[in-house]
Amino acid sequence: MNQISVSHAGAPETFDCRVAFAETMIALARENPRIVAVCNDSVGSSNMGGFQKEFPDRLINVGIAEQNMVGVAAGLANGGFVPFVCCAGPFLTGRALEQIKADIAYNHYGVVLCGQSPGLSYGELGPTHHSIEDFAWMRALTDITILNPADPKQTRDAVRWAAQADRPIYMRVGRFKVPAVTPEDAAFEPGRALLLRDGSDVTLIATGVLVSRALAAAERLAARGVSARVLNMMTIAPLDQAAVLAAARETRGIVTAEEAIVTGGLGAAVAETVVQHHPARMRILGVPHFAPTGSAAFLLDHFGLNADGLEKAALELMA
Amino acid sequence: MNSLANDRAARLAEIARETRISIVHTIDAPRMGHIGGDFSVTDILVTLFFDVMRYRAEEPGWAGRDRFILSKGHCSAALYSVLARAGYFSPDLLASFMAPLSPLNGHPNRRKVAGVEANTGPLGHGLPIAVGAAVAATISKSDYRTYVVLGDGELQEGSNWEAAMFAGHRRLEGLTAVVDRNRLQQGARTEDTNGLDPLDEKWRAFGWEAIVLDGHDHAALLDAFEAPRIGKPRVLIANTRKGKGVSFIEDRVEWHHKVPSREQVALALEELAG
Ligand SMILES: Cc1ncc(C[n+]2csc(CCOP(=O)(O)OP(=O)(O)O)c2C)c(N)n1
Ligand SMILES: [Mg+2]
Repeated sequence: MNQISVSHAGAPETFDCRVAFAETMIALARENPRIVAVCNDSVGSSNMGGFQKEFPDRLINVGIAEQNMVGVAAGLANGGFVPFVCCAGPFLTGRALEQIKADIAYNHYGVVLCGQSPGLSYGELGPTHHSIEDFAWMRALTDITILNPADPKQTRDAVRWAAQADRPIYMRVGRFKVPAVTPEDAAFEPGRALLLRDGSDVTLIATGVLVSRALAAAERLAARGVSARVLNMMTIAPLDQAAVLAAARETRGIVTAEEAIVTGGLGAAVAETVVQHHPARMRILGVPHFAPTGSAAFLLDHFGLNADGLEKAALELMA
Repeated sequence: MNSLANDRAARLAEIARETRISIVHTIDAPRMGHIGGDFSVTDILVTLFFDVMRYRAEEPGWAGRDRFILSKGHCSAALYSVLARAGYFSPDLLASFMAPLSPLNGHPNRRKVAGVEANTGPLGHGLPIAVGAAVAATISKSDYRTYVVLGDGELQEGSNWEAAMFAGHRRLEGLTAVVDRNRLQQGARTEDTNGLDPLDEKWRAFGWEAIVLDGHDHAALLDAFEAPRIGKPRVLIANTRKGKGVSFIEDRVEWHHKVPSREQVALALEELAG
């Protein structure tokens, strides 16, 4: 069911989702004159150079001023535009948190907050530049839809959906290279988990970068005779409770995996659901604390956010 | 200029040259860094650490030390090069810049590196912390001074102006800010993005003494740091060139965080050989 493109070397080809993001933004802007981009000196890092070239009037670069940037986006929405705020995840969700709460969520403006280079993608630049708290912070604002596309297809679909949703949205735009994990014919259903592999022993619920790693873990578990279900939870909020509760009922445990702090993110959302409606054994994989120095790839392995870590956690639940 | 001042400036110029060489090597190891801003701020850091400031590298927590905060924390390679030379840690450690588990993270971490007062990286945090350190000196009746270095693009962050207003209100004489006025930010010129001029008048309007000078002129920097205080916080608007010291890097926006190729590293070292 997975159509993973394979390069000559045999390893799956991987993609920087910023490319799909930028291409879709330009295509959308050609179709809809109301689409605008708002930046914080981040035109290059958000890969928005092409957009700026074609639509110089519709890229508003406020300079290094994220709080102002989010307020300006709210005002642009008020003026009838559909702003996509393009800013590195940590400065968008951290620096401008109250603007996101009051100006976007509480006002319920149709603004799309695009957290660029999210998670650990700025590895070596350190915790100030890691965006691992974004899920927890955004989840606390219940009016915001949180999307974490796992590959270029989901990124394209998420941008297109967000442009017409007319509601507050936060989406991660991945920089860490990922393989394609979404079947080309899969419908885009925000709020719904995407079943990538069915299984009856254990469920792996992954999001973003972790989805391909969960699929790899499921392969390994199959080799051990353990049947693992894999859900791509692209929508962190609102959570697909039905899919979570089905996993709780039908399998012996749930492992969640996210490139985010373990408090308040996907794992916490899943735990809140099962503990109230159908208690299940769980392991929550994520980043436990401020990360040490290292590349994104190094840090993901360092925290066991790989097939190995997922496999181990699943086996613990089976024991 | 008298001969003593001449000697001091000449000594600093030589240290600055060696510091730029250290920065090239530091960035070349991980092939990552912010060379443009490292080079524009080098003369400012060197003047502070090797002449102006009072500190004990062997006793980093000494209560009487002058406080230094690099608010433009992306220029960590410059800071680390200076801290190593000042004796806070072995220069050998510079080779581990940004390597897995190295204390020398891409942005400075006070919990891992002696001599770092504040973990900067997100722009717009250094000045408020420096204001707090300067207020602490006034209420504890300590005579340490507080220095903070800011990027010019960084000044687009509103937090700076909240802090500037408060420092002016409190007449924080013990506080000196330096703006590395290289007129470039990450993606473009400051004045083409969100203009800052007239910058000295802005600071004066917030109750600061503002001195405009050449940020690569060590004698001018020494004079400005040492001028008698006039009951106000002081800001040096240090006109600099991003990438100063290497011709093909100077004043070019793409060198914000571009990494010199191996050939360019050799060329840069040749130019810096003096
Ligand atoms: C709050 C925040 N927003 C954005 C960034 C990304 N960023 C890092 S350096 C930089 C440009 C800084 O320009 P400037 O302050 O002029 O520094 P310099 O020219 O000395 O390098 C930007 C936008 C950041 N580190 N923090
Ligand atoms: Mg600058």
